[in-house]
Amino acid sequence: MASLEALAVAEKQKKLSYRIKQNKASYIMIAPYFILFFLFTIAPVLISIGLSFTYFNMLEAPTFVGWDNYIRLILEDDIFLIALKNTLLFAVITGPISYFLCLLFAWIINEFSGKLRALLTLVFYAPSIVGNAYLVWNIILTGDRYGYLNGILLKLDIINEAKLWMQTEKYILPILIIVQLWLSLGTGFLAFIAGLQTVDRSLYEAAALDGVKNRWQELWYVTLPAMKPQLMFGAVMQITQSFAVADISINLAGNPSINYAGATVVTHLLDYGSTRFEMGYASAIATVLFLLMVGTNKFVQKILRRVGE
Amino acid sequence: MAASNKSWKYFFKPKPTKLNRSRAGNGLLFTLMIIFGLFMVLPLVMIVNNALKPLDELFQFPPKIFVRNPTLENFTDLFVLMNDTWVPFSRYILNTIIITVGGTAGHVIIASLAAYPLAKHNFPGKNILFSMVILSMMFSWTVTQIPNYMIISWLHINNTYLALILPAWQFGMGLYLMKQFMEQLPDSLMESARLDGASEYKIFWTIVMPNVKPAWLTLAIFQFQQMWGNTGGMFLRDEELKPLQYALQQITAGGTARAGASAAVTFIIAAIPITFFLICQSNILETMTTSGMKE
Repeated sequence: MASLEALAVAEKQKKLSYRIKQNKASYIMIAPYFILFFLFTIAPVLISIGLSFTYFNMLEAPTFVGWDNYIRLILEDDIFLIALKNTLLFAVITGPISYFLCLLFAWIINEFSGKLRALLTLVFYAPSIVGNAYLVWNIILTGDRYGYLNGILLKLDIINEAKLWMQTEKYILPILIIVQLWLSLGTGFLAFIAGLQTVDRSLYEAAALDGVKNRWQELWYVTLPAMKPQLMFGAVMQITQSFAVADISINLAGNPSINYAGATVVTHLLDYGSTRFEMGYASAIATVLFLLMVGTNKFVQKILRRVGE
Repeated sequence: MAASNKSWKYFFKPKPTKLNRSRAGNGLLFTLMIIFGLFMVLPLVMIVNNALKPLDELFQFPPKIFVRNPTLENFTDLFVLMNDTWVPFSRYILNTIIITVGGTAGHVIIASLAAYPLAKHNFPGKNILFSMVILSMMFSWTVTQIPNYMIISWLHINNTYLALILPAWQFGMGLYLMKQFMEQLPDSLMESARLDGASEYKIFWTIVMPNVKPAWLTLAIFQFQQMWGNTGGMFLRDEELKPLQYALQQITAGGTARAGASAAVTFIIAAIPITFFLICQSNILETMTTSGMKE
């Protein structure tokens, strides 16, 4: 009898409606966050995808145009292709390099002792939080003799006349990449430093007994596999960041930059979205960017899952 | 030989349980650190030095990185400029305080409130909701800015502080970090309170929140960093609603005539977030230890 009753209760507990009722408090607690999350994150993504199939200028109601925006993007919009090329170049270079630098510096910093480690962490992390103060690079890159870079290179006789750094097509992208790298040791970097500090010491002792000879082997065989979760988190941070580059391009090279050498998908999006008010077309650009970011992230997560296997 | 060994030990933490570190390796790491460290720190050094340079040194040829005759002239120039602004300068400061404090406090509260059930309860829909939050970390806000502008207009909060504050509350990384940090709290902590008849809300406020102090400090600092650079952009049109960053940007845009004041501005923009980070560094690192993504 008793077991039958227990069975009936168990049956009841399996029911979805029962479980939802049981967890009423949980739903109430998550409600404020998720209402805003749907309003400002989920809904905008869906609206953006929807609008990308329309012509919309903010004044008249959107009209459905099918794949027209996407066809125009790929077949007619030369600047989009330059922007896409720049963004991919940017992402392919700054993404992995910044990821690798985050890991390298975090690892080296972790070898130092307490106070010095805190100081080095601050020095390397600081550029990523100075906000608009990165505009100091404008002073470094000034195109006349008063620019610091020109001043130093002239003094060292490496160049013999001041270069117009941000007005010369071939310098724009490499310089933007360097500035972006300077800015890129952010949240992922902190996660790595913290992750390195939590690797279990006994793992190192065991590895030493197993014949791990030096710190490089230790890094590869012990440290990296032990901090895999942080590696995955850091990858998300660096990838998303490297695809979203726009502000530094606009502020250092201008929008539009000389021959669009500094154009990225985001600057192109801003051009159509906030200057020309072609919202349908801008949404198509945004959707392409969304797919690029999420697709790359998912792909890299898949690869990183294999570390140490 | 012995002396130099000793000095290495001063810089590198002693690791009796770890393998011997080769001196060549130490040297290599030290050199790498100095080269890249200089690259990282030089622009920051310039920000500080430029802020202290008198005008003639700012326009000196060849340019010098370090200041010769440090002065606070640039800051006094900045204060003079501040008295000239259209709306009283204190108004910009007040706006920034309202926006950052509002955005930060609200975010910490509602993200923690949502993180607790996600970390410690088991309810239908939990996994899908959390994976949506992770997905949201995989693209930047630039992707959604057009629909966001439309939604803010529909809500009729355009040109109010709320246009900046409300979207900031649902910043995905904050919820993610808080949830990961709460997960490591021992269940027994909450279980005993539950046996005493405490409600989930009471457990949240009296047991969970006091125990995750490093995490909410971290959320607050990250959120502050996000909000600090905000100029109000297209959401705030009225001059008397604009934040400090906007006013500072106007001063910097003044060109060579305002080079001194602009150097002072750059210093202030950089110094404030760095100071906050410095104060909370150890708490932030403690939070980041749990930031890892499990499969």
